[in-house]
Amino acid sequence: MKLYLYLLVMAGVTYLIRMLPLAFFRKKITNPFLLGVLHYMPYAVLGTMTVPAIFTSTGEPISAVAGFVAALLLGLKRRSLIEVALAATAAAYVTSLVLPLF
Amino acid sequence: MEAYGYREGLRDGLPIGLGYLSVSFGFAIWAVKQGIPGLILVVLSGTNLTSAGQVAGVTVMAAGGLLVELALTELVINLRYALMSVTLTQKLSPRFSLLQRMAASFFVTDEIFAVASTRRGLLTFPYMMGLGCLPWIGWTLGTALGAFAGTLLPAALSAALGIAIYGMFMAILVPGALEEKGVLLAICASVALGLILRYVPLFSFLSEGFVIIISAVAGACVAAWLKPVKAGEGDA
Repeated sequence: MKLYLYLLVMAGVTYLIRMLPLAFFRKKITNPFLLGVLHYMPYAVLGTMTVPAIFTSTGEPISAVAGFVAALLLGLKRRSLIEVALAATAAAYVTSLVLPLF
Repeated sequence: MEAYGYREGLRDGLPIGLGYLSVSFGFAIWAVKQGIPGLILVVLSGTNLTSAGQVAGVTVMAAGGLLVELALTELVINLRYALMSVTLTQKLSPRFSLLQRMAASFFVTDEIFAVASTRRGLLTFPYMMGLGCLPWIGWTLGTALGAFAGTLLPAALSAALGIAIYGMFMAILVPGALEEKGVLLAICASVALGLILRYVPLFSFLSEGFVIIISAVAGACVAAWLKPVKAGEGDA
């Protein structure tokens, strides 16, 4: 039952955040500090969500580090979202296959 | 001026849809491991259409967090959509009715925003509907496949797919940090504070959702304070 409440809250909050500004906002934000906070927020959120969680995301640290390094290298080359995601997965997968051989 | 219709939208949305399909596949495999039922995940993806928000949401759900914690987490993580929605209002065709604005807003994601906001000319309602269509199908279908067929995969591959969603986050973080010192600063500040809040025993009473909220807001404030954004720059 609680899962349905979670669903309702998540869908409701996420939709309202998108909808209210698009439907009703008619002017521009000018407060420089607020602009800055909104501008940096997505990166700050993604950063704290990715580190340290990425290092436990495959259940075993060495393959996770391999995936992290692959993502870092392709990210530095500005590859697309899907390329980086698949490269991280492939690096983690190959590492986990090779690892037991040592 | 308003030459873009449903067809053009569909075409622009195809690569996004393909990308979402594989990333949400990985998301679902990860989320099932957190103990969330597959059907719940499909409804979650179909009604939320957001990667970071869903990862954080599932984390809070799996920990049995409070509803207010969940709502605050989603608010902070998805706040960027509000800025994107505001930016898109500047490009909407005057023919957009209020109801059409409300419908189109459902599809505001980082990638859809990036495509729509860089499209030349005004955005029409049919174009926005076309643009959102395939990403929505890809995200929801990928979640279903991951949740229900993910167990058919070899264990090693399914374990490796747990990193896919974080790989996608890295693809946003790294180029952002390369381009702007402020972005790098925001990331470093929030990661550093996040590590302190997670590993210093004094803060062990904080749940994962609140750690994300506090470290992200603080990191963004530090960056906004030390590296102010010039007007207009914040639209990106």
